[in-house]
Amino acid sequence: MSRYIIRRVFLLIPMLLIVIFIVSFIMALTPSNPGILILGERADPAEIQKLNDELGYNDPFFVRYAKYVWNAAHGDLGKSWKNDNPVIVEILRRLPTTVTLAVGSILIGLVVGLPLGVISAVKQYSPLDIGGTVFAMILASFPAFWIGMMLIILFSLKLGLLPSFGIGSIRHFILPWVTTSCAFIASQLRMTRTSMLEAIRMDYIRTARAKGQRERIVIMRHALRNALLPVVTILGMDFGSMLGGTVTIETVFSLPGVGSLIIEAIRMKDIPVVVGATVTLATSYTLLMLLVDILYAFIDPRIKARYIKHS
Amino acid sequence: MTDIIASNTELRKKLKKKSQVAEIWRRFRKNKTAMVGLFIFVFIMLVVIFADAIVPYSVSISQKISARFISPGQDGHLFGTDNFGRDIMARIVHGSRNSLLVGLGAVVCGIVIGGLLGSVAGFYGGTVDSVIVRTLDTVMCIPLMLLVLSIVAALGASLVNVLIAMMIANVPMYARIVRAAVLSVVGQDYIEAAKACGTSNFMIILRHVIPNAIGPIIVQATMAVGTMIINAAGISFLGMGIQPPTPEWGAMLNEAKSYMINYPYTVIFPGLAIGLTALSLNLMGDGLRDALDPKLKD
Repeated sequence: MSRYIIRRVFLLIPMLLIVIFIVSFIMALTPSNPGILILGERADPAEIQKLNDELGYNDPFFVRYAKYVWNAAHGDLGKSWKNDNPVIVEILRRLPTTVTLAVGSILIGLVVGLPLGVISAVKQYSPLDIGGTVFAMILASFPAFWIGMMLIILFSLKLGLLPSFGIGSIRHFILPWVTTSCAFIASQLRMTRTSMLEAIRMDYIRTARAKGQRERIVIMRHALRNALLPVVTILGMDFGSMLGGTVTIETVFSLPGVGSLIIEAIRMKDIPVVVGATVTLATSYTLLMLLVDILYAFIDPRIKARYIKHS
Repeated sequence: MTDIIASNTELRKKLKKKSQVAEIWRRFRKNKTAMVGLFIFVFIMLVVIFADAIVPYSVSISQKISARFISPGQDGHLFGTDNFGRDIMARIVHGSRNSLLVGLGAVVCGIVIGGLLGSVAGFYGGTVDSVIVRTLDTVMCIPLMLLVLSIVAALGASLVNVLIAMMIANVPMYARIVRAAVLSVVGQDYIEAAKACGTSNFMIILRHVIPNAIGPIIVQATMAVGTMIINAAGISFLGMGIQPPTPEWGAMLNEAKSYMINYPYTVIFPGLAIGLTALSLNLMGDGLRDALDPKLKD
């Protein structure tokens, strides 16, 4: 098992190389000119040309890529073209906000969504199940940023209970947390219900009941544990999409997170920041998915056996 | 004699196929929430098809500063007017075309390409599987919104480019879903049995793996159209998608967000349009799942 994990960690290296390649390639297609960006529109064309040469912007793509990878391996993600700050500093300053947002809403989603999903499946077609599913549907159907706007109108403007923007205190995070967790509650509930419904109909559940096992243990130990695999996958995927998907939420609530850093940088064509931040988020996502894959082994011994066989 | 047998089996096949669809429809019809979803969706499709008959396109983009921020219901503006005095209802009606086009297009292309990759990976396993999975995982670890945003930044903000970007970003997700579905089927005894009978791999995938794995895929696809409509709206909301004055639901929200404090209805109606569309698709997808699942047969 540990050999499997070590092998997977080493596999991260080529993955990161490809991620950097894809993102730099896309950004290389983006029309941008760092010289003009730094010196301004009316600067001397010769000066602009000189600065572009110094920044290596006129090098061929593969030379720039190799240099970037070399520097990144040494923890240097370059400097922002907009304000000359190191990209890594910009990212680290913004990361806590995004992580707070993501972790908080994941927790809310899990605490609310998972139990509701289990209950819905166990009591299929009961009013509770129908109510829960419809509730999840409605939550999942409206864009999170729109729900955020509605919450701002209701709680900040009409009732004046909660602040609508900024990160001054924990109260500032309540609306963004609730907003972001909506979609997550929905996907968690739906996925748990679906896979629980499938698990409950399996023969081993009938066996467990036939031998007189208590219903609670049948559901928790036999059904839920077998139903957990897709749920964990969705959890990892949702967390990953949340890291990037909070862009709109951060915009609505004016939160200075990594998402809003990226969207500002894309608007300014500040390419080092875009590449650096995207690669950082992608790395976090990769580590998360690795964690999910390792969790699989603990949930499903059949998969553990497969891992050990392959490593 | 052989002719009779051949035509007989063909007939039986036809009957079986037809009754299967009828059976699914029968079970789907029994599901009230799914039927509500279907009705809403049919209604939206009618709006999409007859948009020009409902209200001319020119109304949705004609600006009239003297008619700014008319409240809903007044002066014949059912949903009111926006900051340029444009009729919000007309903009929602014509925006439906762009939103649905992006949503449907991205999902259909994503499924075709992703499904192919995913089923091959799941069925063959081994090296083929690892190569496909590793490559797609790499693309997938770039969050979808960021991938789409950077592709749009590179190609330029327009409807077609948003569609292309979402297509590219969608492929790995479907490959993964399809692969998981195939994997859950592939170890089952009936696949082993088919293999033992000497059925070719292609036929096994076509006749045994896909029918047994298709439930979750169809369900996921139906719901994903809604998700993609929401994502496309998000891109436009950030000002990176379809550019004004072309009506599009997300872009409408982007324009209206500065005025939402004094004129909440300017953000409420476009959001409701997005939500209702996604809701109808979600309800249908849920009903389809129950109707398609042979294990839930009653």
